[in-house]
Amino acid sequence: MCTGRVDLSFILRAFSNGTDGVFIGGCWPGECHYITDGNIHALNMVNLCKKLMEHIGVNPQRLRLEWLSASEGIRFAEVMNDFGNQLKNLGPLGIGEGIDQDELKSKLQEVTKLIPYIKLVKKDKLALRLKEEEYNELYTSDEVDRLFSEVLSYYIDPDKCQACQICFRRCPVEAIEGGKNQIHVIDQDICIKCGTCFEVCPPRFAAVNKISGQPVPPPIPEEQRTIVRKSKGKGGG
Amino acid sequence: MEKETAEGQLLKIPADGNFGDVLVVGGGISGIQAALDLATSGFRVFLVDKAPTIGGKMAQLDKTFPTNDCSMCIESPKFIECARHPNIEILTYTEVDSVEGNAGDFKVTLIKKPRYIIEDKCTGCTVCVEYCPVKVPDQFNQNLSSNKAVHIYFSQAVPLVTYIDENCLYLKDKKCSICVGACKNKAIDLHQEAEKVEIKVGAIVLAPGYEIFDPKLRGDYGYGTMENVVTSLDFERLLCATGPHEGEILRPSDKKHPHKIAWIHCVGSRQVTPGGNSYCSAVCCSYIQKQVILAKDHDAEMQAAIFHNDIRSYGKDFERFYQRAEKLPGVKFIRSYVSIGKEIPETKNITIIYATDEDGVKEEEFDLVVLGVGLNPPAAVKGLAEKFGIELNSYQFCKNNPVNPIETSRPGIFVSGAFQGPIDIPESVVTASGAEALCGQLLARRRGKLAKERIYPPERDVSEEETRVGVFACHCGANIGRVVNIPSLVEYAKTLDNVVHAEEGLFICSTDAAEQIANTIREKGLNRVVVAACTPKTHEPLFRDTLREGGINQYFFDMANIREHCSWVHSREKEDATQKAKDIVRMSVARSALLQPLQEFDLPVNKTALVVGGGVAGMTSALSLANQGFEVYLVEKEKDLGGMARRLHYTLEGLDVQAYLQDVIRKVYQHQLIHVLTDATITEVSGYVGNFITKVQSEGRIKEILHGAAILATGAAEYKPTEYLYGQDDRVLTNLELEEQITKREERLINSQSLVMIQCVGCRQEDRNYCARICCSQSVKNALKLKKINPQMDVYILFRDMRTYGFREDYYREASNKDVKFIRYEPRNKPQMEAVEEGGQSILKVTVTDPILGQELAIAADSIALAAAVIPSAGSQEISRLFKVAMSPDGFFQEAHVKLRPVDFAAEGIFLCGTAHYPKHMAETISQAYGAAGRAVTLLSQDSVRASGSVAEVNESACIACGACTAACAYGAIQFEDTKQGKKAVVNPALCKGDGLCNAVCPTGAVSLKHYTDEEIFRQIDAAVPDVAAAR
Repeated sequence: MCTGRVDLSFILRAFSNGTDGVFIGGCWPGECHYITDGNIHALNMVNLCKKLMEHIGVNPQRLRLEWLSASEGIRFAEVMNDFGNQLKNLGPLGIGEGIDQDELKSKLQEVTKLIPYIKLVKKDKLALRLKEEEYNELYTSDEVDRLFSEVLSYYIDPDKCQACQICFRRCPVEAIEGGKNQIHVIDQDICIKCGTCFEVCPPRFAAVNKISGQPVPPPIPEEQRTIVRKSKGKGGG
Repeated sequence: MEKETAEGQLLKIPADGNFGDVLVVGGGISGIQAALDLATSGFRVFLVDKAPTIGGKMAQLDKTFPTNDCSMCIESPKFIECARHPNIEILTYTEVDSVEGNAGDFKVTLIKKPRYIIEDKCTGCTVCVEYCPVKVPDQFNQNLSSNKAVHIYFSQAVPLVTYIDENCLYLKDKKCSICVGACKNKAIDLHQEAEKVEIKVGAIVLAPGYEIFDPKLRGDYGYGTMENVVTSLDFERLLCATGPHEGEILRPSDKKHPHKIAWIHCVGSRQVTPGGNSYCSAVCCSYIQKQVILAKDHDAEMQAAIFHNDIRSYGKDFERFYQRAEKLPGVKFIRSYVSIGKEIPETKNITIIYATDEDGVKEEEFDLVVLGVGLNPPAAVKGLAEKFGIELNSYQFCKNNPVNPIETSRPGIFVSGAFQGPIDIPESVVTASGAEALCGQLLARRRGKLAKERIYPPERDVSEEETRVGVFACHCGANIGRVVNIPSLVEYAKTLDNVVHAEEGLFICSTDAAEQIANTIREKGLNRVVVAACTPKTHEPLFRDTLREGGINQYFFDMANIREHCSWVHSREKEDATQKAKDIVRMSVARSALLQPLQEFDLPVNKTALVVGGGVAGMTSALSLANQGFEVYLVEKEKDLGGMARRLHYTLEGLDVQAYLQDVIRKVYQHQLIHVLTDATITEVSGYVGNFITKVQSEGRIKEILHGAAILATGAAEYKPTEYLYGQDDRVLTNLELEEQITKREERLINSQSLVMIQCVGCRQEDRNYCARICCSQSVKNALKLKKINPQMDVYILFRDMRTYGFREDYYREASNKDVKFIRYEPRNKPQMEAVEEGGQSILKVTVTDPILGQELAIAADSIALAAAVIPSAGSQEISRLFKVAMSPDGFFQEAHVKLRPVDFAAEGIFLCGTAHYPKHMAETISQAYGAAGRAVTLLSQDSVRASGSVAEVNESACIACGACTAACAYGAIQFEDTKQGKKAVVNPALCKGDGLCNAVCPTGAVSLKHYTDEEIFRQIDAAVPDVAAAR
């Protein structure tokens, strides 16, 4: 396992658990013990994470990535002491920022839920290979704010869905309810907004709508989901 | 030459003989490595040590330079590997009595000395030690503390059984036998007698190591008469947590912390006065720097003075290590001969008299003086040589073949480790692997005939069981136990969910403790094991093996590091450290519940090897492999074989390099199993350990080579100086050009009245911060040659430190005696040179400031030789990219572990040797080439290799083929395959190295790294702050 294995969700999980700071240690650039430069992957991810923290009002200084080799015991101690002092100065998570604990919790939950979406939308940027210092500028606050304001959702138009089950089968997280002759419905709590349903819905039905920055219409009630084919008219009971 | 003898011997071995066995004499790190490599490659090994345990000198060291790894911590897993290896029989407290026969067919008589303990019955419980009334100085602790007449040599000893030494009252005059009654297992037999054991072996590896120089023999250091004068080995024990004062540095006279310590270099080395050794002991400079760094770690206020005469930091990363020591506050490196002044009666402080260029003669007082003692041949070396029928050199070390330092004067008997001469740990390991290769050449046809396979109990299916975690907390001697309250940790562990058993141990890694864990797994029905101890980096393989012994899947193991991550960093905050240890263990236990059984799988091994680079290193490796019966492809980018050696003509020791080289080239071309590809470029490398596919372009065609292992020996290059008018004035030569002109007897050169050699050109400076190792000896070599050809010539060598380490020191002295003038310069005051007209003649005027005279000297030179640095070869970078192997910051190949895996890459199945690793002399290159061949054979001799179970896997239904994982994987281990549900990512587990980058970028959670899954890590994160997490 490598520093590059550290997942956005690990960091957010730690903050959700009330941890005041998260420290990640990585091998020095150019000294990757694999050949993968996972340390640089981690640097990229950490820069993104800091912007996410900023977006929800958490001080990004609570997350720190440092390069340390196994032989740098003294430096490691210095860095940790420094980080410890820094956190003490910042105060407890949320209180230091002046955010209400419940609000903080729900914001962290919101971001956590969006992690798959963020990974997907920022896929290309997360894979970029740049010079070490260039990562600092890679993500902007505007960009992250937009990420949230323009967040996509997918909605299956009950009027168009023919219950062909393609999206139902292909959804990677099993967020689509439905079955034979049952109009498909996306469970927005499970959906990771990957767009697979949108991609695979046969063009002749075009039942999946992409919604950006707008609220998603409520799901069609369960008792109205059965399609009666003989009527040739509208779906629904 | 010698090889032909060996091959000749091979034919005489009776075809039905069973002499595939090898005797390894000496159980230090070199003997251990030789035994492990031999046993793994299919020979049965008798590992004999005269001490009551294996381990040798390395076991006594606190840390190792230049990485400051804990010495015992990296060595002791190898003890257990030896003990567990089915092909190794360890015979401790045993001496060799006689050796008869010839290569391939030796009869060896061993004498097993009475340890007065029945080894099979002793459990190592040490009750007898408690009862024994006789206190004796503890040899392992350099007599700085006491032990009992019955004791275990050290806590990690293998075998972990006691022995009774000659101080026993019963053995002396039958007075006491209290231990016999105390032993519940009736393991003590005071009437035991020496036992003769006769074994038949095909080859012998001598690894008896060295003794330290005994400064008592010379009255002038005060050792033995002044209490606060200790040797460097004494000081190792003082530094060590398992030492006389549990890692506190206390001086002998009053057991107080010394605040001002002096180290004296070259004690017993580089001395031609009676009682001293003329050679340089090669390791002392770096070990002293290590001791200074460690002593400063112990006491940041400590003042240190290091008295030296040249700092010989010639090894890989030694120069930086020296700089690290030198930069420490309160540390002074002083270039001066010294003498011990007096012991001050009241304080027992010691004064040292020394002289500096600036201040003249001074006398200074120190609390403690450490003597940097050199390396002597092993004890009773003459008897040893007689027994084995081998010759010794003039220094009483083993006489070896100049073109194969691993061969002794007797066929079938090989030498590894410091019996070759003063060498450090990596070289001892390299020569051990090399000895394995040479045994393999001799006994190739018998490989595997006597080998046994390790058999484990069947693996228990625990899928239906409830989780049952066992926690084992280690004191690590005093390393952990002194800081962390282990009993309290154990009690705490018992309160954690799923924990059904928790216990403590002094050294959980010792053989008996490991066995005990295996038993507990069975008896208590454990299905998860957490060991709270040191680092998984060194000890995880050992404990995983223990789980297999206990009959459960090895991946049900987790290690909680409460040493590096806790006790070592919080030594002054015992309570907080104990709390932290509890936190670490709680997280580990939480994770362990989710661990899944994983299967490692077998990959077949292609028995062909690829050797990249046709210089001396590559050719030697290729020949060794081929002589052991393996097919080899030897790839060389030039059109001729030979590499850098084509430009060498003679060595310091007088070898005719070209004659030797031609002989090797002929053998390579003549060998049926070696395919030579010259003018060749490697264009592509794919595959993995045991199954590589390499495309080579040669003579206009591309050849695809399938091979199981690769040895990279791409060599080095000579730096092209930009300094000192090089390239502008043809009287300015590099060392290699000088050698060429000397060989051709170039008239202009030979008739020079005056020649100046300038050392360290292009290295030991900011942009190339390393010592090129060979240049000092090269310059001495050329100077001697020039003096021989033209005794009238004035030869000057302008140097920073003369680094003629080891036996080369004698040539330095010889040059000095022959009036070669050595003038030291400081890096801030480099020699200056200009071409000037003087008396109508054009000369090169060199000015240099002599620090001793404090004056600027001007030398009129007819020729200049620059000791141009050895730099990485142009091709190495590309080769490292193709084979995906690591490079050091200086551009040399980076071995897997500086000390113990010196010719392995971290990437499995790929090995390295020669100057691509670091500059080195030809004999060293040859040793390393055999070492690399030996290591490769431990792989090639197998039919299959195991691949880790901790690899990525894809949950197909969750994969949306977004490509994030394939982009992240540098190993090309993930690819898309078409399925009914569209494209899906698929992991090739043989290529996956388990870094887990794919897991971190996968948006849908389709990719997961087994053994480090999201759920396992979440569980650990949640357990870090349980109260908050529980409230979630």
